[in-house]
Amino acid sequence: MCDTCGCNITSGNQHLIKPGGKLSLANNGVTSISVLKNLMNENDHVAVHNREHFDKNNVLAINLMSSPGSGKTALLEETIQQLKEQFRIAVIEGDLETENDAERIRQQGVPAIQITTGSACHLDAHMVHDAVHDLSLKDLDIVFIENVGNLVCPASFDLGQHLNVTLLSVTEGDDKPSKYPVMFRAADLMLLTKTDLLAVLDDFDTNKAEQNLRQLASDAPVIKLSSRNGDGLTHWVDWLKQQVELQQARVKNGESLKPAIQKEGAQLHIESSKNSLLQNHSHP
Amino acid sequence: MHELAICQEIIIQVNAIASENQASSIESITLQVGPLSGVEAPLLKQAFPFAAAQTVAEHAALIIEELPVIVECKQCGSHSTVATNKLICAQCGDYHTRLVSGDEMLLASVELNREHQADKNQLAEANHV
Repeated sequence: MCDTCGCNITSGNQHLIKPGGKLSLANNGVTSISVLKNLMNENDHVAVHNREHFDKNNVLAINLMSSPGSGKTALLEETIQQLKEQFRIAVIEGDLETENDAERIRQQGVPAIQITTGSACHLDAHMVHDAVHDLSLKDLDIVFIENVGNLVCPASFDLGQHLNVTLLSVTEGDDKPSKYPVMFRAADLMLLTKTDLLAVLDDFDTNKAEQNLRQLASDAPVIKLSSRNGDGLTHWVDWLKQQVELQQARVKNGESLKPAIQKEGAQLHIESSKNSLLQNHSHP
Repeated sequence: MHELAICQEIIIQVNAIASENQASSIESITLQVGPLSGVEAPLLKQAFPFAAAQTVAEHAALIIEELPVIVECKQCGSHSTVATNKLICAQCGDYHTRLVSGDEMLLASVELNREHQADKNQLAEANHV
């Protein structure tokens, strides 16, 4: 959402936009001003800048989010093994402490930048911006951003990525999308990981996990995989290859992509803003 | 969560508005927050005094309007007010819906105190006469 095009205006707040201007004077010397400014303004501004960097260099940026220990780093290790001959990959790692994950990625022979957030529970666009400047984007095709393991805060911060991938490991419970709607609604793709463990777990129903995602009005595809035994990895790798092609086509056409949730939101808010203008016009 | 950072952003924005409008202080700040924004109103209220201390908004009231989650069905077109984790159409049950309200996190309006400034202007006018 931005302040220039009016897409901040939703049907929930359009009553605030009054004909005759946004500034109204009260009698007691107090001036009331309608603002409708997004409070993530500063972060989102940097995120837009990051996305421009990625697009300018023809790079696909993917944000991986999940709870801690759901297998993000293990998935990246396997993914790099399968794709490093075909694509130039780098990883930005977010953790509260340690270089452990970046070292694991470097052992796969690709560059990795570790962001240690201290006590911050998520990455934000500023942190990613600094990390991006330590990468040579022109020599890359895909940048994976491995967010801090957390099913809450990372969902609220646009980093400048093109796509959100949310992992749910089968040890966590199939009702996670219902418990953490903000996170799972943000997913462009949901991965059910550690499926090799399904054999010993009788309480995780992959269909239920998908149904709970659909309850969030999400059309995101669901891929079941195991980084340990390799099941389902080809579907994930194929999805990634397709996304790289789509990104290169977008760059060629001068287009860009925001994660699905933000794109839909912006379109909708523009429509509401137009409606409210029409209403104001007919009822001055 | 990141409520303190949000409060700091509020202070940056209202500070700019106050100086643009030559206000001496801020009476109230109204936010609109939907549950799907990921921000909790009680936590914002707790964090606000820390961010507002020694600023133009130090004595401002923070008013938070919590907006409902409303979806519009792409199949049958009806609007329903729904739970945050059940964004399906309440009429026909289809999950192809779009969110009409509920993910907002906006600075909606600000009430500025300009009395001090108005007094000064009057004084200037009186002197002129």
